[in-house]
Amino acid sequence: MSGVWKVGVVTETHTETASARSILITIPDWPGNIAGQHVDVRLTAPDGYTAVRSYSLASAGSAPQVQLAVDKLPDGEVSPYLVDELRAGDELELRGPLGGWFVWRPTDTAPVQLIGGGSGIVPLMAMIRSHQDSGSTVPFRLLYSVRTPEDVFFVDELRALGASPTIDITFVYTRQAPVDWPVLPGRVNRDAMEASTFAASDAPSVFVCGPTGFVETVADILVELGHNPNTVKTERFGGK
Amino acid sequence: MSTHVDGNALAGPLSEMFSVDVTCAKGTCAGCGDTSVLAEARVFVDPMGFVVRCSHCEDVLMTVIAEPDHAMVELSGLSRLILTR
Repeated sequence: MSGVWKVGVVTETHTETASARSILITIPDWPGNIAGQHVDVRLTAPDGYTAVRSYSLASAGSAPQVQLAVDKLPDGEVSPYLVDELRAGDELELRGPLGGWFVWRPTDTAPVQLIGGGSGIVPLMAMIRSHQDSGSTVPFRLLYSVRTPEDVFFVDELRALGASPTIDITFVYTRQAPVDWPVLPGRVNRDAMEASTFAASDAPSVFVCGPTGFVETVADILVELGHNPNTVKTERFGGK
Repeated sequence: MSTHVDGNALAGPLSEMFSVDVTCAKGTCAGCGDTSVLAEARVFVDPMGFVVRCSHCEDVLMTVIAEPDHAMVELSGLSRLILTR
């Protein structure tokens, strides 16, 4: 059952940004997961105090190895441990796969618009990988909002996907853009979305993930642009 | 946590009590009558658990408590749950 706590073993960690890293975990009795699902991670202190947080999986499929990518919240109870302390070989308690709403399946036939803010890229990355791995020819677009070029997760993989005919990737830089970037840094707005996302008339499935304020702003613009709210799925992780 | 998340975060805590994924069910708010997928409800995280509010009228739909020795779901703000098979 997905609700039972399992013990995974960290096999590898990889620095994604100055404050984030991805973590590969092998879970012997993992049943596999659909792209977009998450796990709950439980840490237990020596005095028995526990803290549980949800983290999206960047991986999808049947392999018993999953990938998390965690951004450190300076005053967090769990993320500083995951980003700064956890080492290969360490054990970690998890339950999952969880959540059947914010998911994409390779059998889905609508065009897919992904919109991610910051570490909101993580479940969208699982969808992109599932799309690539399955050979699905459904057109994908990703709009990825980051503060600066140094804040991009999965940067090499996304760069390599630039050559893929079935996915189109647009970056929005909110604080500092690359030197030759054609537009000034700024938050995702209606103009950026009209210019680089599927129109409502394309009838895409839309997945939006990021900080709560980002998701609410993007969801409002999508409604303004005529998208049916029933085709827009959102995942908010709090924050500013 | 300074702001709300959404009903997706309830998948784990509710899996302790329900054998199906309730976050995919539609719930009807007892206050305003709106029917929406639970995954899209507003969820306020508290040290004690989760307060789940209607995304339309802000009334409390349910409260989920996850303590070391017990789990509790208080559902009085939901008049019904509809699960698509």
